[in-house]
Amino acid sequence: MKSAVITFPGSNCDRDMHVALNKFGFKNKMVWHNDNELPKSDLIVLPGGFSYGDYLRCGSMASKSKIMQSVINFAKSGGLVMGICNGFQILVESGLVPGILLRNKYLEFICKNVFVKIDNKDNPYFKNLDKEVFELHIAHNEGNYFCTNDQLKEIQDNNQVAIYYCNDNGKTEEKFNPNGSLKNIAGIFNKEKNVLGMMPHPERMIDKSLSGEDGSLFFKNLINNIK
Amino acid sequence: MKVSAIITLKKDVLDPQGKVIHQTLDGMGFKDVNEVRQGKYFEIDVKENDPQKAQKIVEDMCNKLLANLVIENYKIIEIQ
Repeated sequence: MKSAVITFPGSNCDRDMHVALNKFGFKNKMVWHNDNELPKSDLIVLPGGFSYGDYLRCGSMASKSKIMQSVINFAKSGGLVMGICNGFQILVESGLVPGILLRNKYLEFICKNVFVKIDNKDNPYFKNLDKEVFELHIAHNEGNYFCTNDQLKEIQDNNQVAIYYCNDNGKTEEKFNPNGSLKNIAGIFNKEKNVLGMMPHPERMIDKSLSGEDGSLFFKNLINNIK
Repeated sequence: MKVSAIITLKKDVLDPQGKVIHQTLDGMGFKDVNEVRQGKYFEIDVKENDPQKAQKIVEDMCNKLLANLVIENYKIIEIQ
């Protein structure tokens, strides 16, 4: 299985993602934002970081970079595109998934482990996982998901919420919401479920001695789903 | 021509920075404040001498990049 990680100026989780993808069997290629064409891939990843210094709005400048037209075409033709953290911000700014990520409610940069609950397994990312609650890492200043009421209705009607912030028992109450995100939303899909944007970093949870292994479960399952 | 545009958050969008500024102003003794909303200001010098055309160009920029219309509104406030 082939994957590609896009590096934007200011990306800083691109190498971690490269290591994670290779560890679980992908043959990953790094792609520079200024390139025009994507290598032949089964999965494209927009990594975390601070693309273009988070100037203007997080992800806004990266969403207009040269490679993004190819990423958008790839996504529109049904290809799997995953955006993590800043990658999620780039996805919303490029219009591939609805909504936007605002400044965290209490204006603090949040860097900690959180629990998230998988809401919908009817998609290539979570299908066949035998677990609903995952412990993953978040590190962001703008993770406060927001969308209009009309968009929210559409997202809910189409089962587009991928993951919710919750506690270790999977309770998705407001008190387990780290950043003020609408309805505790931590990640969403596009309508067709081939594009996934999420704030937590699965690539930071792939080593038992360093962190945890819930990210490993995610990647192992993902590559099996794609095969 | 120089075109000035301001970008403001829509009414229903939470503005935590504006809230903190409000609280700080309150702490400094400015007690007559109802609300503070923070926005952005752009001054763009375009190679166009027709004011209407210059405005159109900057409006296009606002629609496509400078503002995110999910949460923000823009307004051209000056053309000179």
